[in-house]
Amino acid sequence: MRRSIVERIIAACIGLWFFHAVQAAPPEVFAPDGPGRWLPILADGLHDPTGPGVHLLQNPSDALFYLPSSFTGNKVRWVEAIQEGDIEPIASILDNNYQMQVLDLDVMRTRTAELPMVLFPHKRHTEWLDCSNCHEWLFKSKTGATRFGMFDVLSGEYCGRCHGAVAFPLTDCYTCHSVKRSSLKKPVKELELHK
Amino acid sequence: MMGIRLLTDKRYSARRYLPGIVLFMAQLLLISPQPALAEYGDVVLNKRAEKAGMRPVIFPHWFHRIRFRCRVCHTEVGFEMRAGSNDILMADIIEGKFCGMCHNNKIAWGPQNCPICHSGLPGLETGVRGGPSTGGPGKW
Repeated sequence: MRRSIVERIIAACIGLWFFHAVQAAPPEVFAPDGPGRWLPILADGLHDPTGPGVHLLQNPSDALFYLPSSFTGNKVRWVEAIQEGDIEPIASILDNNYQMQVLDLDVMRTRTAELPMVLFPHKRHTEWLDCSNCHEWLFKSKTGATRFGMFDVLSGEYCGRCHGAVAFPLTDCYTCHSVKRSSLKKPVKELELHK
Repeated sequence: MMGIRLLTDKRYSARRYLPGIVLFMAQLLLISPQPALAEYGDVVLNKRAEKAGMRPVIFPHWFHRIRFRCRVCHTEVGFEMRAGSNDILMADIIEGKFCGMCHNNKIAWGPQNCPICHSGLPGLETGVRGGPSTGGPGKW
């Protein structure tokens, strides 16, 4: 008899835990073609559901569902979305004929300790940004002249200005650290790879 | 041998460990999955809003980057790339600076539509929010 009481208490605890876990799961949004992975505006913990203007706002799933999908950040591969023409963001609000100044130059940063080396593609960045957004105040144009470490990036400086806040997060280690050291025949310093 | 003794010994009955079991279950309650809040890159602007009696502003990066490239705001409009370092006054927006360069009834809704931008929960702190991958040790 005693034992059954213990069992009942344990069962009640498991039941409670399960109920709690199910209840705490984020409300899933369903886009027209399938399940989404974005919280609706009214349940994202930032917007006030009682505010008079919230119902006018677009839900992330309404737009992001149709873009190339990823597992982190906005769950969108933004560079792919712009390269494949899924989105055509305006390049300038002052000049209708403005063309983005795309620079096709890869820079390899080789001093990455145990991790694979970092290949920085200018092209993907200049499709979104101006040179002056990063140069010369944050990064010097001379290859290898800017010394920074992962600690700086993790604390929101250098690459961390965008990566970890709006661009893909710092948990995607191997998206940046993408070139294995063994692929080089001899050790090199900072590299500029002209195309 | 020790294990068998533990199982058979009456001193180690389930009843004796009941408080421990209940505590363990209580811990499970605490670590059960919590919902990730906000969309990645959402910025809360609340340096002045709530002091002036308005809801905080929620700026969604995802919404804007579908429509504009980064350079539009971070070069042409002149927003610094650090949450909290842009001192934006409502008077500037109405004059056509900062948000007001687009939120002018021509490109986007104008500054008379207060509650569309001022839509945040009261008490939020200024800063970049997002999913489980944001909110590291940094000062975003």
